[in-house]
Amino acid sequence: MSSEKPNQEYKPVHTNKVGGSPFTGVTGWIDNRLPIIRMFKHEYLDFQVPKSLSYFWSFGGILTVCLILLIVTGLSLGMHYKPDAKYAFDSVEKIMRDVNFGWLIRYAHMNLASFFFIAVYLHIFRGLYYGSYKEPRQLMWLIGIVIFFLMMATAFLGYTLPWGQMSYWGATVITNLFSAIPLVGESVVTWLWGDYSVGDAALNRFYVLHWLIAFLIVGVVAFHVIALHIVGSNNPSGIEPKDTRDTVSFSPFTTSKDLVGMLVFLLIFVAVMMYAPNYLGHPDNYIPANPLVTPAHIVPEWYFLPFYAILRSVPDKLMGVIAMVSSIAILGLLPWLDFSKVRSSVFRPIWKQCVFLFVLDFFVLMYIGAAPAEGIYLVIGRIGTVFWFAFFLILAPLVSLIEKPLPMPGSIHEFEEWKKQGKIKTIKLFNN
Amino acid sequence: MSKDNNKDKSTRRDFLTTVTATVGAVGVGAGVLPIISQMNPDSSVKALASIEVDISNIQEGKEITVLWRGKPVFIKRRTKEEVQKAEQVSMKDLMDPQEDKDRVKKSEWLVVVGVCTHLGCVPNGGVGGKGDYNGWFCPCHGSHYDTSGRIRKGPAPTNLEVPKYEFVSNNKIKIG
Repeated sequence: MSSEKPNQEYKPVHTNKVGGSPFTGVTGWIDNRLPIIRMFKHEYLDFQVPKSLSYFWSFGGILTVCLILLIVTGLSLGMHYKPDAKYAFDSVEKIMRDVNFGWLIRYAHMNLASFFFIAVYLHIFRGLYYGSYKEPRQLMWLIGIVIFFLMMATAFLGYTLPWGQMSYWGATVITNLFSAIPLVGESVVTWLWGDYSVGDAALNRFYVLHWLIAFLIVGVVAFHVIALHIVGSNNPSGIEPKDTRDTVSFSPFTTSKDLVGMLVFLLIFVAVMMYAPNYLGHPDNYIPANPLVTPAHIVPEWYFLPFYAILRSVPDKLMGVIAMVSSIAILGLLPWLDFSKVRSSVFRPIWKQCVFLFVLDFFVLMYIGAAPAEGIYLVIGRIGTVFWFAFFLILAPLVSLIEKPLPMPGSIHEFEEWKKQGKIKTIKLFNN
Repeated sequence: MSKDNNKDKSTRRDFLTTVTATVGAVGVGAGVLPIISQMNPDSSVKALASIEVDISNIQEGKEITVLWRGKPVFIKRRTKEEVQKAEQVSMKDLMDPQEDKDRVKKSEWLVVVGVCTHLGCVPNGGVGGKGDYNGWFCPCHGSHYDTSGRIRKGPAPTNLEVPKYEFVSNNKIKIG
């Protein structure tokens, strides 16, 4: 009743009062009730970034655009594709021949997947070279690895959908990786297939999962970006910005720079898509799936080759699968295995060489992954695999211990001065 | 209300919480089970689980491939030399030791699932066999099988699987 005193403990759920928007009019009215417009202004227009960011920092934006384009083209393809073992191959051919601009949309989707991996590998290299995985960005790095695993899953699932020979046998080999799990492996594989082999049931669910994971990626990318806006961008100097002499506004400086990087990237993408649309694919995938004949040379898509080479270089089935999965997961330990206080390889003469050797190893393994698993290729593959793990488990902690970093500038603006004076060398191609 | 009262009530509340959580967990489990189970092979797939094959036309040394549960099955009529070779192998030389006589019903006929036990490719075979042991050779990752379909070299962990089958008559076998 009215005689009771109001409960002092009570706090209103809506602690933010309507208001506080820097905008007026309709924009202000909306922003006062749903503060996404001020959030956008805060995170994308006024957001301060280090002024030394090079073109290597464009790949985050490029990847976002690729992801959006993949979803738009994927949605269009989904309107014509039929996830049925009887009709899948023909429906893809129908897209290529009959659907308006179907050829363009499919080639775009196919090649965007490849270019997504090109961009993500450059993005990961950037992180490795400039120590972007170090305190306080460890969690961002870990979220990035989750995205990479999801990308690989959805790329694999997407590749099975045209139901060509490579789709079918790729699906068979990859799903059979789960049969390496002790005791329950066979049951798990049967469960994944919904049959006793890869077939209609598998194709149908792969289609659904291809969609699901694409949107999971969007969600995890949001976490990646939110985390970025808390810890801020790393930069080529590896030094945190200290005052306004070290930073510029995200817009127009970073946005316009990203736009240049993005246009160059898309230009190369369009050139490949238009003039060599099948260069990155495999011709056997234009042969309809045949469960009775395995193609003589079964190879995964180019972006899986280094990890495929690691799988094959281990002679034991279970250990091979473990090695392949760990070869990626081990990236997640790097923030703790490399405990050097210096982030950027610009000031780390030994670590810099190690990173370049690691890149070389990546390409060697990529070559080996496409070569037959015998003789000299097997030997090189094994050396490459050993180096891959040694890079993380031995070189990273060892170099942190013994390396003497070069003299470093005190701030980002001083770093820029040193660069002008030629006192420090950065990677030429992406110098600016 | 006194604190003691609260204490008394909390045991009753604890009990209700535990019961609610348990019933809830069982309920969620019961709800999840069909979602997981729907992905396993359905009744129509299981219904097609056995086939009959006429083997009267297979010449000595030749092999046919039939489709069973979506997988190839090799039916090979082995020559005397091939049988001899398979039977004479010492168990010490095998990665997955198994006598040839335990893998066949009639020594002339070898019936194996034509799926490499490594990662599921179809090994190549044919008249005279393929690979270092004149049986089958898997092109994907280089596993060699002998004339009894046993793994001899390469990454595959086990021998080619012998499906459940029986001779319905001299000229007909039923797989599955």
